[in-house]
Amino acid sequence: MTAMRPAAAVQAPPAPGRDGGAAPVIELEAVAKTYGERPPVHALRGVSLTVHGGELAAIVGPSGSGKTTLLHVMGTLEGPTAGVVRIDGIDVAGLGDRQLAALRARSIGFVFQQFFLAEHQTALDNVADGLLYAGIGAGERRLRAGQALARVGLTHRSGFRPATMSGGERQRVAIARALVGRPAIVLADEPTGNIDSAAGASILELLQQLNADGATIVVITHDRDLAGRLGRQVRMLDGQIVSDSTREHQQ
Amino acid sequence: MTAALDLVPARLTADDLARVASVGLRTRPLRAALSALGIAIGVAAIVAVLGLSSSSQAGLLAEIDQLGTNLLTVSSGTTFTGQTAQLPVAAPAMIARIGPVQSVADTALVPNNATVYRSPLIPAINTNALEVQAASLNLPGVIATSVAQGSYLNAATATEPVAVLGASAAQRLGIDQVYPGEKIWLGGMWFYVGGILSPAVLAPEIDTSVLVGFIAAERFLGYHTSVTGHPVPGQPTMIYVRAQTSQVAAVQSVLAQAAYPEYPNQSAVSQPSAALTARAQAQGALSSLFLGLGAVALLVGAVGVANIMIISVLERRSEIGLRRALGATKGQIRAQFIAEAIMLALIGGAVGVAAGALATAIYATAKGWAVVIPPLAWGGGIGAAVAIGAVAGLVPALRAARLSPTEALRTT
Repeated sequence: MTAMRPAAAVQAPPAPGRDGGAAPVIELEAVAKTYGERPPVHALRGVSLTVHGGELAAIVGPSGSGKTTLLHVMGTLEGPTAGVVRIDGIDVAGLGDRQLAALRARSIGFVFQQFFLAEHQTALDNVADGLLYAGIGAGERRLRAGQALARVGLTHRSGFRPATMSGGERQRVAIARALVGRPAIVLADEPTGNIDSAAGASILELLQQLNADGATIVVITHDRDLAGRLGRQVRMLDGQIVSDSTREHQQ
Repeated sequence: MTAALDLVPARLTADDLARVASVGLRTRPLRAALSALGIAIGVAAIVAVLGLSSSSQAGLLAEIDQLGTNLLTVSSGTTFTGQTAQLPVAAPAMIARIGPVQSVADTALVPNNATVYRSPLIPAINTNALEVQAASLNLPGVIATSVAQGSYLNAATATEPVAVLGASAAQRLGIDQVYPGEKIWLGGMWFYVGGILSPAVLAPEIDTSVLVGFIAAERFLGYHTSVTGHPVPGQPTMIYVRAQTSQVAAVQSVLAQAAYPEYPNQSAVSQPSAALTARAQAQGALSSLFLGLGAVALLVGAVGVANIMIISVLERRSEIGLRRALGATKGQIRAQFIAEAIMLALIGGAVGVAAGALATAIYATAKGWAVVIPPLAWGGGIGAAVAIGAVAGLVPALRAARLSPTEALRTT
């Protein structure tokens, strides 16, 4: 297995949406997640959900509805207590820490509410760090980071440090970092939660535009207005999906 | 689609590891400097102690070298029956005939244990442990000492009641200057003080001696020789021999034979510089106390680094969570923090070696010694720092790696 390491590391993931959006990138079957023992907290109770390549989906619900836990399970940051999770066609059950890390490096991009940018690095280096654990050389990382910054419209800010940028610009940098590896799926946790509404609207536009270019994006939010403007809305309450608007009405 | 078997994490290159490991150093340089300071002090102490003892040793060896390693001494040994043997009167002359011998001087203990005092009023019991010796005129040159005050014996003063004091003898008698007419009470009569010698490193027994000429010893102190009525130098107690440096061993091997052909084993031959060299080399053992103090400083420094690393891991939870989300394995997080601790300790170690070497260089230069920093000191200092960094970083790094990604990403 160790002999395969370099080859596997540089293998590029399939471009999202290339197959006409038909291939499922996230498949959850009856996923349950329980924390603690006395009393047990049921964060997820039998969630089944499939996200196909090329989708722009919102998972919406009030706080405590289990949407952040769902994001963590979809992002393989924690495993389910019960049920099946398949990411990019791979069943994550039974994968070890190293395999899960490799899966995240290759197939999943994260965008967080708090951006989590390194303040001592320029925007370009922050974006390039999105490829740090993917086995790509430093020069190539910076090259691709430059392209990703261009996609989010921040080429002119590539040499700036996050502290000198607005909240909207920082979130764009974080989005570029999530996209730089061309992952099968981008998971965004309250991407507009920490920025003003005007910047939030432009972030939403950016996500829509990126989705139109082929990126598969799942946005977790408690903001119904924001969710309403995305192609698919999955509503959650008390750890269960209460509605999935895919077929009911297309926005 | 891709199979799970392909899921092998990429390895970080050394460059990338160094870059992620230096994040803490770059974002909080003052904190890094302070935590490295403890290790720097410990390493500096160890390097300085080892460097100073090596340098002082080198200085001593250089001094011995300058005084000459070609001095040999012949002293009277003991007879078969355990009495003190007497060297033959002709011994110095016999030795001078050995080819590679350059010069010969001798001293003879004046019999009846002649004593010396500042004045006749001093109680007889206060001998100050000084010896009165008759000495040949070329003695200072042969034992490589100089005259600190006044002048040494010469052909004229060697026949008169004139004494030259060894360095310690002068001190014990309370004489630090030679002025005309200065006298000491020697063997029951006044002797003029002709001069004071500098300390004789190669012949410390001269330091505690009061030297008079052979003829003066014969005339005034009852030192007798019985060679056909001529006043020749008598039975010596110590013969100092300078040989050609390349022939020292050869001369040493025949010296006893030449000094006392009948009973070669009744004379003792030695090489004072060899004994001094051995003593200089043994002196390093004295510095173990300071090495211990340096080790304690290193230990304190290690605790400091461990402490900073634990705080750093707590503060950088979100960075750890982000890295895990970007695809870092537990092992990569662990490696990052261990490498950071090693880097901290290494910086401390390098600064410590530099400071210790500088301290050694300044002190040794001031003392006129050669600057010697043994490889063990700086190599050991750097090595110890790396080992300390690895040990100090281990627990924080394990904690960082064990942190679950979701817990690390939680901001409230």
